[in-house]
Amino acid sequence: MEKQSLSKYHSFSYGARRGAGRLLSVLGRLFLCLIFGFPFYWMVITSLKTKAESIQWPPTMWPRILSLDGYKTVMTAMDLTKYFKNSLFIIFWVIVIQLLVMIPAAYAFAKYEFRGKKIMFALVMMAYMTPTVVTFIPVYIMFAKIQPFGINLLNTLWPQILPFGANAFGIFLLRQSFMQIPEEVIESARMDNAGEISIMAHIMVPMSKATIVTVLLFSFINHWNAYFWPLVMCRTDEVKPLILAVADIKNVEEGIVWPTMMAGNTLVMLPIIILFVFASQKIIASMAYRGVK
Amino acid sequence: MKKKATIRKAAPYIMVMPAVIFLIIFTFIPILYLFVLSFFKYNLISDMQFIGMDNYKNLFFVEAGFWVAARNTVIYTVSLVIFLTLFSLLLAVALEKSSLLNAFAQRLMFLPHLCATLTVAMIFQWLMNEEGMFNAVLGLFKLPGLRWLNSSDTALFSIIIIACWKDIGYYTIIMLSSLKAIPAEINEAAQLDNAGFLRRFFRITLPMVSPQLFFLLITITMGAFKVFDMVRILTEGGPGNSTDSIVYWIYKKAFTGTLNLGLASAASVVLMGVMMLMTVIYFNTINKKVHYQ
Repeated sequence: MEKQSLSKYHSFSYGARRGAGRLLSVLGRLFLCLIFGFPFYWMVITSLKTKAESIQWPPTMWPRILSLDGYKTVMTAMDLTKYFKNSLFIIFWVIVIQLLVMIPAAYAFAKYEFRGKKIMFALVMMAYMTPTVVTFIPVYIMFAKIQPFGINLLNTLWPQILPFGANAFGIFLLRQSFMQIPEEVIESARMDNAGEISIMAHIMVPMSKATIVTVLLFSFINHWNAYFWPLVMCRTDEVKPLILAVADIKNVEEGIVWPTMMAGNTLVMLPIIILFVFASQKIIASMAYRGVK
Repeated sequence: MKKKATIRKAAPYIMVMPAVIFLIIFTFIPILYLFVLSFFKYNLISDMQFIGMDNYKNLFFVEAGFWVAARNTVIYTVSLVIFLTLFSLLLAVALEKSSLLNAFAQRLMFLPHLCATLTVAMIFQWLMNEEGMFNAVLGLFKLPGLRWLNSSDTALFSIIIIACWKDIGYYTIIMLSSLKAIPAEINEAAQLDNAGFLRRFFRITLPMVSPQLFFLLITITMGAFKVFDMVRILTEGGPGNSTDSIVYWIYKKAFTGTLNLGLASAASVVLMGVMMLMTVIYFNTINKKVHYQ
């Protein structure tokens, strides 16, 4: 979209101005990279400093003594494996349940006509618009008061899993994707006596793989990073996910020790970084798609 | 054959059922229960006690803290809406050309969006520490250091900066993909007619990206209105109550001190009502001005 050269722009002064402009715009972009890159750099660098060096004034841009003290404290002062396992358990079951619930629902909404379809779909959209910050009080009371077989559900991880069983946004997105699959493909499968379950497993899901991966990616990132809901539902140390454990790092030692805090956060961010390095193009494309549609 | 027909008829209901059950249990019953709770006095331990409109009366006429929280939330939301829409559009225009530097800058800007709020908050807590990097940079320019999150004059402003830093990349990516969807011929035709950059921006670009601007407006407003994580991690509402937010206020009423679940529910009902009202107003006023292709 840069100027289709029109003759009047060919003077020398324009050329010089253009050169200066280009330099400025490159500098501007580098400054932008600095603004968004530096905080992450600072997190990693601080996590590798000794406690004394981290609070030195003026700050050092590169650790004079590389130290893993921060990481050692995080690993030893708390049972990191337990919290990590809790996080994985939550994410695993959220994803499994969401898949089992989402695929048939999206299939029915996309390919069937039935009475009450409009109302039920409106329910899905309403649920999508309802924020969890509105429902957390009643849901918490439900988990606190309803104790099946005398089990206090708040001592388990299920309050952090079950409320996310129906992913309204996922149902919506997957329905859009299923709707694009031609009717004839399904009809011919039915001619061959394929049941609905096998149609879903062998036609719908493989043909919408990209959408499903996108939805799961969102679920993974959201639940890995989630803070509010776990905070509400987590009443004992046994059911604490990793993020809440990291949030409590500041209480492990006396006073705030920045290398330890930054080490914990670097560890939490590691999976996200790995995902991003391998799939940034895909993640950005699907996030942008979510906004454009 | 007849049996098969009945199964066919029942099939969509069976497929939708799990999703509907999850939504009813974890979204719709809680909403109804929330309404009920807002008319009761309840603290999880003693019995529920019906008190009519008292919770609402307290909320509107007694609880001054709620109105401080509401004011802070509105300031936060309006700031985010203005800053994020304006700058995501400007940055998208600036980074539109495909070049290596632009692609790199886009990725880097997007990364904070995938990152846990906890991590972003803690990094900035460290940068904004009174003996942290930001004040060191201010010192380089012989400027006095700020107290950032520790002073009631600057704490809310600091949180706004951090929230913008986290999400600006995401919205820029959305605006970028919207810019890329503008057919090149339109701009070329305008250039042949000697339309300058500003004229093209206001007559072509802005109307063409208006659906995405509208999406931004809604997403940012709704997201900002629910602000909780940042407040709880960084300031716990303080200093004083200069950074208290509606959701954090509700959380405190429900889960700390006297566990006033009724009052917290009444506030949640008000929050939900305001959010619904805003959605309706947005769709009925601004949406009419949006140009859909």
